[in-house]
This record gives sequence, structure tokens and C-alpha cells, in this order.
Amino acid sequence: MRGLRVLERILSTIPIVFGVAVIVFCVMRFTPGDPIDVMMGREGHVSQEQIDALRREFGLDKPIHVQLYMFLSRAVRGDLGNSLTKHRPVSALIRERLPATVELALGALVFSLVLAIPIGVISAVRQYSFVDRASMAAAFFGISMPAFWLGIISIIVFSVRLGILPSYGRLPYGLEPARVTGLYVLDSVLTGNVSSLVAALRHLLLPSVTLGAPMAAIVARVMRSSMLEVLRQDYVMLARAKGLTEWAVITRHALVNALIPTVTVVGVQTGVLLGGNMIVETIFSWPGIGRLAVDAIFNRDYPLVQGVVMVYALTFVLANLAVDILYTYINPKINL
Amino acid sequence: MLMRVRTVARNLCGLLYLICRHPSALIGLVILVAYVVMALFAPVLAPYPPNTGSVRQSFLPPAWQEGGSPAHLLGTDHVGRDILSRIIYGARVSLWVGVLSVAISMVVGLVLGAISGYYRGIIDDVLSRFAELLMAFPFLLFAIGVMAILGPGFFNLIAALTFKSWVEFFRLVRGETISEKTKEYVEAARAQGQSNFRIVTGEILPNIIHSVVVLATLRVGYMIITEASLSFLGIGVQPGVPAWGSMVDDGRDYVRTAWWVSTMPGLALLLLVLAINLFGEGLRDILDPRLKVD
Repeated sequence: MRGLRVLERILSTIPIVFGVAVIVFCVMRFTPGDPIDVMMGREGHVSQEQIDALRREFGLDKPIHVQLYMFLSRAVRGDLGNSLTKHRPVSALIRERLPATVELALGALVFSLVLAIPIGVISAVRQYSFVDRASMAAAFFGISMPAFWLGIISIIVFSVRLGILPSYGRLPYGLEPARVTGLYVLDSVLTGNVSSLVAALRHLLLPSVTLGAPMAAIVARVMRSSMLEVLRQDYVMLARAKGLTEWAVITRHALVNALIPTVTVVGVQTGVLLGGNMIVETIFSWPGIGRLAVDAIFNRDYPLVQGVVMVYALTFVLANLAVDILYTYINPKINL
Repeated sequence: MLMRVRTVARNLCGLLYLICRHPSALIGLVILVAYVVMALFAPVLAPYPPNTGSVRQSFLPPAWQEGGSPAHLLGTDHVGRDILSRIIYGARVSLWVGVLSVAISMVVGLVLGAISGYYRGIIDDVLSRFAELLMAFPFLLFAIGVMAILGPGFFNLIAALTFKSWVEFFRLVRGETISEKTKEYVEAARAQGQSNFRIVTGEILPNIIHSVVVLATLRVGYMIITEASLSFLGIGVQPGVPAWGSMVDDGRDYVRTAWWVSTMPGLALLLLVLAINLFGEGLRDILDPRLKVD
């Protein structure tokens, strides 16, 4: 029964992804400014014949509904067309850049969860203590802090003043580990390359903290508030009355139930994490799809914008789907 | 009419009294009022015009640092413009963009959410599916896309921020309307023969407006940060108009030698968003205690 509901939920994402594809296509096509003109603007003087040939090559001479059909049927097969400015397949460009973005998002996610969950739990258990007040004040700062400013301040402090962490890129030239997944930290571990691992972690730290800080703040607040609610439930009192240690009460009875609202917030925040990475990738010269998206939008590189936005939207939809499915495992009483 | 005005005035006085008794809401409100005054009286308060400077005076450090001058309290930027003056003028952009974009989103979300939640059926299906679609786009990416299409400018910025943010209000109002319309007071109004319009505006809306106001207050800070992020990327207001995000970006290339150029406008932004969030959360505790964070 649960399997059927999960399948139903998975199928329900298809119209959303389809709708996203149609919206992206329409918005980019109805944008003022011809992509071929933009492309030719970079390549100097060209004849009308060359412009017409390019129009035919990119299918821009066809009616709009035919273009939409071509775009959708190719996209289903993983073919997102060719970049107008980089003259390479969009899917190849995304494949090249995606690992950097995934690594940064995972770094931010790990940082925020590792920091926020213990802080939320301790704050709830020691409610109104100094630790509680200090961590909630820090969390309040975290949600009010603009990511781009936090990034610049961390560069000033840790790279410029203290000189202990690098401020741009993923690795120094020549230190790249043999490619397995494209995620440098993971590849360094898999290939046993210690120097690459240390360098990759050092490069990852500041961007991850910058990207993950707002999420950590939100998760810590939600964790604290749901933990406080759970700690007042009868079953927690019963566990205490049975003589269980406080540690066992918190970890075995309270924490699992308090995690349910946190999972929702983490799912929603994944979208924010993705939306924010364009800023963080720009500040730290991180070669991911966030920077690719910003450059593509400025250059009116339609196929590239379509491809990148599709990847973002798909990831966002999948993150929400994962959260919904995870729910049913954390709390079997919840139906999808 | 006079009775209604008196009731509204009495309610506002009551709210102000409650805010005064809530320390964090009060601190937030005081800082917020200071920023509003600063923005309104920028030409009087700013020591220099925002775009006037001399390259000979570039990169003067803040007054308390060696080489700093009391004439430029927070220092100068790469073309010698006074940072304090630009921060004071920059408050105008941030506050206007924050307030206007939230106000428009609130009105659109309120109208569509009430229609959707009250009438349900095909209108609700279409609006809800469209809202779900918009939710699939990261907010900043969406705003960057819209700004790239419309080009930089104050009203384009408002449009870019409003295009997606009405969805938050729509979802809230729709959900609350669905829940409220089954209650007895709505049934009673219907039995009295009141029109649908009158039921929604006269009965349901007054009962859900406090949640909408709380959401609106909390969204202003987010909008201000998004505006600053867009300005930071160079697609905010027109070049030349002082905006905190673009000021932070101006100083990015000089963080090694002139840290204050990026730091000061960012601090001003952080303080404003902190004040808005303090006020918003205080207001939530007062108006909607169900949502109070323990």
C-alpha cells in the first residue's frame, strides 16, 4: 500500500516538471532580443545567409509550437541542445559543472545539520540557559544575514587577515584527484589522495559555511521548538518515569519525533540552498552551475538557461519528493 | 463611519501598547523607525551627495582608523564617495523595494487566495497548480531571470520580486479561507442572506488578516536581502543609484586593502533586516500566539 502511494507521489511530479519546462521555454522565447543577434554580436560582421543558416541549425525558423515540441522531445532524451555562446552541448556543460554544485550543496547541508541539530536539542533540553539564549541569538543573526555579505566577511577574516583558508576555486591547479564522481572530496577519499582531500576540504569550508549558515539558523530554531513540544508529551514523561536515563529519553524517544518538522524544513530549504548558490559560487569563484546560470542569463544563451533552470527545478521537485517519502518512514502514521 | 474610525484607532493604540510591552518588538520598531527617518530625510542627514567624490580622496579609512578623517566617518570608496552618505541614501532603495514588493504580493495573494479558497472548483485547481509550478523555481533564480528579461530599474525590480512572492500569501490565505468558511459565523452570515463578496470581505478577511500581516512583516526582510543580492550581482536598480548590495559588490575587489567599502553597507543591511525580523516575530507573538516560538 505504501509502495503504491510512493509511486503515485512520484507520478504526480511529472506534470510539475512538464509545466516547468513549458514555462521556461515560453519565458525565454518571449524575451526581447534575438539570441542569434546576441551570438553574432560576439562574432563580428556576418551575412544574412549565415544568420539564416544558424536559425535553421538551432530550429529558430520554425513555428513556436514546433520549437516547443522539439525542445520537450529532446529534453526527455537528455538532449538539451547546444549552448549559443559556448558552442557545446548543454547537457555536457551541466554534467561538467554539476559535481561542483552538488559538492557545495552537500557541504552546506552537512555543515548546517551537524551544527543545527545538536544546538536545537541542547537549547530545548537546557531551555532559558545561557547556551539556549546565546545559540538562539546566533540563529536570529543567521536568518537575518545576507549570504553575499557573510561570504565577503569570511574572506576578509579567514583569507585576508588570518590567511588560513583559501578564498576562491575548488582546488589549486595540479592537485585534482583522479575523476570518479567529480566530487573532489569523495574522489580524494576513494583514490586515497590525502593532499587533495585536505586541499579540497579547505577550499570547501568557507563556501559551505556561507551557504549553509542561514539554513543552520532555521533548522536550529525549528529543532528547538519541536523538541520542546515533544519533551512535554506524555510518552516522554512515561519514559522518564520508567527510569530511563535522560540521554536515552532524548535520543530514543524525543529526537526521532522532533525530527519530523525538521525534515520538512530541510526539504524546503534545499530550494533556498540551490537558489543561494549562485551568489556563493560568484563570490568564491566556485565553478558550478550557479555561475553558469548567471552567465547564461546575462548572455541570453537560451538553451543553456533552459537546461540549467530545468536542472534546478528538477532538483527542487525531487528534494520535496524525497522529503515526502522520508516522512512515511519517520512517521508511518503520515499518508502521502 | 465615525464609530468604525474610533474602533480602528482604539485597536491600533492597543497594538502599540502591546508592542511597547514586548522588548524585542519594541527594539525592532525603534531601529526600523530610525531607518525610515534616515531614508525620508536623506538629503538633510547625509553629509555629502551620494555620487559626489574625488579620486584623490579614494579609500580613506573610517574615522577611528589611522589615516581616517572625521569628515568621512565610515570612510570613502574607490572613487572617493562618502560611504556614510551612500548608506543613508541606500536605505531609500531597500525600504521602498521591501515594502512595495511585499504590499503588492500581499494584495495579489490575498485576492487570489480568498477567491481560490472560498469558491474552490476549477479556479482553485488552476491557481493552485500554477502556484505549485512557481514554487518549483528557486526564488533568486526566478528573480534573476525576470531582471535579465526586464533590465535593471526600480519598478522592474519590484516586478521581479513580486512575480513569485505572491504565492506565499496565496497559499496562506487560501488555507485559512478554506478552514474559516466551514465555521459557524460564516454559516450565520450566509443564513442572513449576505452576498459572497460581503462574507469574504466582511467576515472571513478580518479573521485571517492578522496572519497575513505577520507574514508580510517577516517577508519584508527577505525581500530586502533579495534586492541587495540582485544589486550585488549587478542587476538591481539603475547603475548610479546607491543600493547597499551594489556597494558591497563595489568593495569586493578591494577587500585586501579597503575592508570597509564592503563591510559598512553590509552592516547597515544586516541591522535593518535584524530590526524587521525582531519586529515581525514580536508582532507574530502578539497577533498570532498560536505560532509563537516557545
